[in-house]
Amino acid sequence: MTLFIQQLINGLALGGIYCLAAIGLTLVFGVLGFPNLAHGALFMVGGYVTYTLLVDVGLPYVVAIVCAALILAVIGVVFERLIFHPLRHAPHTHHMIATVGVMFFLISLVQEIWGTGFLRMESPFDGRMTVAGAQISTQRIIIVITAMVVLIALTLFLKRSVHGQSIEAIEQDRTGAALVGINANVVSMMTFAVSFALVAISAGLVAPIQLLSPGMGESLSLIVFAIIILGGLGSLPGAIIGGFFIAMAEVMASTYISVGAGQAAVFIVLMAVLAIKPTGIFGTVVQR
Amino acid sequence: MTTLLRPRLLGVLLIAIAFLVAPMLVSGQPYLLRIVTTAAIYAIAAYGLNIILGLTGQLSLAHGAFFGVGAYIVGLATTDHDWSFWTAFGVAILATTVLGYASGLIALRTQGAYFAIFTMALGFLIFIIIIRWESVTHAHSGVSGIKLPESIGPLDFSDPVVLYYLVILFLAGAAYMTHAILHSNAGRSLVAIRTSEDLAKSIGVNVGVSKQLAYTASAGFAGLAGGLFATLNGFIGADSASIDLTFQFLLFLLIGGMGTVMGPVVGSVLVAFLFELLQGLESYRFIVLGPIIVLLVIFAPRGIVGYLNDFLTSRRSRRASPPPSGGPDGRNGGADGRSGSGPDQGTAPDRPHATSAAAATSEGGL
Amino acid sequence: MLLEVRGLGKAFGGLHAVRDVDFDVPEGRVTAIIGPNGAGKSTLFNLLAGFYRPTAGTVTFDGKNITGMQPHQTVRAGIARTFQTTHLFEGASVLDNVRAACVVRSSSHALDAVLHTPRHRRDEKRSLDTSMSELEFVGVAHLRDEIASTLPQEAQKRISIAQALATEPRLLLLDEPAAGTNDEETEAFGSLIREIVARGVTVCLVEHKMSMVMNLADQIVVLDHGQRIAVGTPDDIRSNPLVIEAYLGADADTTGVTT
Repeated sequence: MTLFIQQLINGLALGGIYCLAAIGLTLVFGVLGFPNLAHGALFMVGGYVTYTLLVDVGLPYVVAIVCAALILAVIGVVFERLIFHPLRHAPHTHHMIATVGVMFFLISLVQEIWGTGFLRMESPFDGRMTVAGAQISTQRIIIVITAMVVLIALTLFLKRSVHGQSIEAIEQDRTGAALVGINANVVSMMTFAVSFALVAISAGLVAPIQLLSPGMGESLSLIVFAIIILGGLGSLPGAIIGGFFIAMAEVMASTYISVGAGQAAVFIVLMAVLAIKPTGIFGTVVQR
Repeated sequence: MTTLLRPRLLGVLLIAIAFLVAPMLVSGQPYLLRIVTTAAIYAIAAYGLNIILGLTGQLSLAHGAFFGVGAYIVGLATTDHDWSFWTAFGVAILATTVLGYASGLIALRTQGAYFAIFTMALGFLIFIIIIRWESVTHAHSGVSGIKLPESIGPLDFSDPVVLYYLVILFLAGAAYMTHAILHSNAGRSLVAIRTSEDLAKSIGVNVGVSKQLAYTASAGFAGLAGGLFATLNGFIGADSASIDLTFQFLLFLLIGGMGTVMGPVVGSVLVAFLFELLQGLESYRFIVLGPIIVLLVIFAPRGIVGYLNDFLTSRRSRRASPPPSGGPDGRNGGADGRSGSGPDQGTAPDRPHATSAAAATSEGGL
Repeated sequence: MLLEVRGLGKAFGGLHAVRDVDFDVPEGRVTAIIGPNGAGKSTLFNLLAGFYRPTAGTVTFDGKNITGMQPHQTVRAGIARTFQTTHLFEGASVLDNVRAACVVRSSSHALDAVLHTPRHRRDEKRSLDTSMSELEFVGVAHLRDEIASTLPQEAQKRISIAQALATEPRLLLLDEPAAGTNDEETEAFGSLIREIVARGVTVCLVEHKMSMVMNLADQIVVLDHGQRIAVGTPDDIRSNPLVIEAYLGADADTTGVTT
């Protein structure tokens, strides 16, 4: 029972990380209509930037994460302007190929700056807490709480603020949104900024419990794709539920079966969903 | 008509002659010959990607994995199981074709972005099987001592030059097949699918079957190239099945020209030499190549051969008929696509970006 | 009857776009389908051509049940269509656009092309001949080498008709062939359609321009809210109170329909 509670919290923490990363990906898909294959690489960049701000610059942990999120948001806007804006009339295959180029670039850039080895980032919250008899590291509690706070803030942003509402409007109906005078340029810059900031926060949160490496994005990438496909590309509730579902499946499968089973579970879910119902569990069905 | 075809024919002849005399040019430099041979093998795989991506417009990201499967079948069969190269090679081609067909049955239920993600997952899955299934694939230690092709009559493939010509034979076959398909009903069906699936259906193209065949063939080409790669190198590791390899093929295709006959070979050879030039900067390689991919896809998505074709086509149509008079309706033509090009489209002022994927269709294109 | 539609229906979720529609298309005639915006005309075409799968009813073409067939099968059976917003293979030449449509009548496949078999050569020659004669028929043969997307709208519309004819159909479904053309061009499309019928191809069209419909059609089917509310000759339709109501609401002036 103690083990179960411990793993439950672990699953929640991992789920929080996955949610934040997956929402970023699903937002870009919903608004711009293509999957950002470089999303995992940006996750990695977010992790390394947080590391540098924390270790080299010496900022407090929370400040470092916020700054990393801001930096990534700026990178997002720059990418949108330099790459995806010029491509906006090109076929989506070209967008995907461009994101592949970005991914290549970021991975080698990180290898060049921070080296190919593993980096460890100490958590400022390295204590442990006892919850219902289970020992839980404080960092995991912090992750769960932060993820919740960010999710609520994001929901408020999307539902209440003018900018957020225009993102949602474009996601749902592009032509209609254009008709009511929503500026698609501003919205796509905003979408990239929010998406990249979210992935930076998730990387900053996970860094203390995992090691940093240039390959960290690649494994996340596939998991996040599995999540948004499970939840339906472009669906926010889908990304949240999918995130926690995949995280729980992964944690429980590796605890009670084997580590390999955890990894395989993600693939099997991804390919099964794509094969059976490609639009995802929460995806809107385009009927033919 | 024949006079107009001449520049294209000339181009192909030049490339063919360059390949035929290459061993003489680099004689005494086995290292250079090996680079050219490797580039030619990669070009064969790029021809495979060209069928599914260039002609049919479906981004398959499992291509590197199919290459790896071909390489591993030849590698493992000729070492651990002591098969002859030729048997292993035949089995490798057959197996990757079957694997392509089987995975296509599921993958092609999806479209567009979903297809890309599905094939990416498939690629990762194959890669993970290779690095995890240690008892069969030797995982990280790789496969070494892969056999060279057994000699056929007087042809002794342990001579790198003879092996080179074997590869070139397959490369020429791949290029010819692309040419033949592109200029046939089958090819026109594929190009129709790339341009608009609905329009393709409305003229009676069986979209499902056509895509399935294109995907299957592309996997077979990748497997064939993988098999040749294994025998040339004598050693393979898991990186010969990685997704990075898919991206490399993508780069070759982009530089050479998607959907063209000579694009894959031009791109592969050019990039091979570019890699050699950048070799001193090994680790910077992708810092340079990443932005190159992005720039190409934004400013020159048609690739070198694509633009050469355009140039020749526009010259032909200028000669054949006077330019259409700018009547009142002339503006309607492709107005929405055109607005996208904008001032930043300096390299392609005469062709809107939106139509670029389709533009390589012109008959007689190389 | 060339085409018999019985109880045809299509529901998207709970919404019935087309419901319980019956009509026949007599061979060698022009049948027009009219109705207010959102009446389900395009959905009906998509059902006939196999782009949508019907949720109810049957479609019989030349005595064969073609309900639920895929588009490539209906084209093979002899039904061709054009789209409301003309789309062509934009980057390709006019000739290639039409030549692509010869695929369905050819028996050669990729292997024939690679081996350059006689069958392949025969098919290539036939494709070229068919394409050229269709381009001549619609009057754009001189544009054969132009890139389709650079041509005026009117030429593009003609090319898409040539494309549809190149599939050698017995029934041609035209979705608003005269949309976006001026009066003179509309007139020209009208006579083109008559020539198509004279060749023995049955035409079924959706059109908003009433002058064209009333001139061309031998039979008119009127849809409203996805249901057939009337069927008959142009004269019948002109004076049918249900049709007048659908178009103009009750108490409206009957002349409104004819303009």
